[in-house]
Amino acid sequence: MDLKNLTIESARTAIAEKRIAPSALVEDFYKKIKADDPEIHAFLTLCEDRAFAQANHIEDLISKGNPLPPLAGVPVGIKDVMVTKGTRTTAGSKILEHFIPPYDSTAVAKLEAAGAIVLGKLNCDEFAMGSSNENSAYGPVHNPRDKSRVPGGSSGGSAAAVAAGTAVATLGSDTGGSIRQPASFCGVVGLMPTYGRVSRYGLIAFASSLDHIGPLTKTVKDAAILLGVIAGHDPMDSTSANMPVPDYVADLSKPVRGLKVGIPKEYFAEGLDAQVRTAIEAGIANLASAGCEIIPISLPHTAYAIPTYYVIATAEASANLARYDGVRYGYRSKSARTLSEMYRKSRDEGFGAEVKRRIMLGTYALSSGYYDAYYLKAQRVRTLLTRDFEQAFQKVDAIVTPTAPTPAFRLGEKADDPLSMYLADIYTVTADLAGVPGISVPCGTTQAGLPIGLQILGRHFDESTVLRVAAAVEQC
Amino acid sequence: MRVTEKDVSYVADLANLELTEQERQRMLKDLNSILDYIDRLNELDTNNVPPMAQISGLATNENGAAPLRDDVLSLCLPHTDAMKNAPETDGEFFKVPKVIEK
Repeated sequence: MDLKNLTIESARTAIAEKRIAPSALVEDFYKKIKADDPEIHAFLTLCEDRAFAQANHIEDLISKGNPLPPLAGVPVGIKDVMVTKGTRTTAGSKILEHFIPPYDSTAVAKLEAAGAIVLGKLNCDEFAMGSSNENSAYGPVHNPRDKSRVPGGSSGGSAAAVAAGTAVATLGSDTGGSIRQPASFCGVVGLMPTYGRVSRYGLIAFASSLDHIGPLTKTVKDAAILLGVIAGHDPMDSTSANMPVPDYVADLSKPVRGLKVGIPKEYFAEGLDAQVRTAIEAGIANLASAGCEIIPISLPHTAYAIPTYYVIATAEASANLARYDGVRYGYRSKSARTLSEMYRKSRDEGFGAEVKRRIMLGTYALSSGYYDAYYLKAQRVRTLLTRDFEQAFQKVDAIVTPTAPTPAFRLGEKADDPLSMYLADIYTVTADLAGVPGISVPCGTTQAGLPIGLQILGRHFDESTVLRVAAAVEQC
Repeated sequence: MRVTEKDVSYVADLANLELTEQERQRMLKDLNSILDYIDRLNELDTNNVPPMAQISGLATNENGAAPLRDDVLSLCLPHTDAMKNAPETDGEFFKVPKVIEK
């Protein structure tokens, strides 16, 4: 079986038509992971017992002639920030190196209830903080398209596994671009749904008002299938939206002709790589040929998105990461004599440099005397950024931009300069701040063959239009 | 430089981090350069702009409050499961270094 090009659709069909047994497919995937992954390092933990148990369950359904659920026998991977009952979950951090969660995150539970087979947990930047996957305590991921380059981050393992074909599809999380930017760097599809569309229950919190779970896949249709499975209200997450979930796959067949597509000039300014610009402009021309009306627009506060993001995200992170105290779970320093020393040493020895930097920045922004100047100011600018989108979406149905200003950069290239690393998310953070859905879809390559991603943003809860435009780009 | 060595110590205290001398020097440099960048937010007049409190507005009821679920009894995590990841436990409680000297 050609694992590299296997999609959710083709895998499920092969299983339903009994061309391959789920357990044989799982065996093939583990063989491929063991052969190919040492050079890529997308997987942190393999859960073979869990995978074969699920494969047997699907085989049982098949042999009894029962109806098959929508993801029956489809092998997937999960970013290691979503907890999995009985399967180690590290968040890419040393502080959770031996953490075995006592429950499943809702997104993973829904995937498994739909018949998906979880192969393992995927590498990521520590606590999803990073844009290159170099902040993982377990070592970086290498981009399968060029192993000297980063896969992007923070869902680097999730994008790399799909690109390498070591999983049919994966789940990632996006707080400032962490699904879409690695999808762009690795040449796969990455979808960040609307804030509240997918339950965050069991997602290890980084910045709660910005965290989103979403799929990384080989095709837009696969992203539509996966979103349909994981979306919906969850009583365990009071911020998950109590809204009907449309049939995303059916909506894909609606035409794009007549859709109004906005092109924000601020996303094509200084700093955009020339080859990326050319590819995105070609993608926009293709949408015009497909019958979309292309409309120049402005999102005037775009330049303020990164500074806003680094105040709000770090402030929320400093609060969320206060729970790692070495008492109930996680790493505890062996050398502490007092309780206070135990907290400090456990956190000092357990957290990596970028996580400490963000905790410090966030604590500073929330500290007495600075709260108004930083945190409140950033929340006001966040309102302005959201209004930019509200006004734009009165005129257009979708917005098209590059996903990232450059193709994948080299390992180590930005590792010593946090600010230049933060700018890798310049086109993606605004959607997280405004809570609107976004997708990155492959749109050509550079002359050297590095993938380029085109980003489509949509109205709140209008993933259908985002997916539909993405499918049109994909077909060109 | 707006952030001083003293500020780094104060914030590290608040965040329950210790930080080595080398980490403190690096933090001083990084925090100042990031905060300089964040300063560009002051180019915007936001006096009449309300701070954002809810992204999609959907997680609130008609009074603007967070939705409340019905108060019904349900099972919670069993005690033994909750203790399984504890770094140190006597089987019933989490153990920590002594807080109060006799």
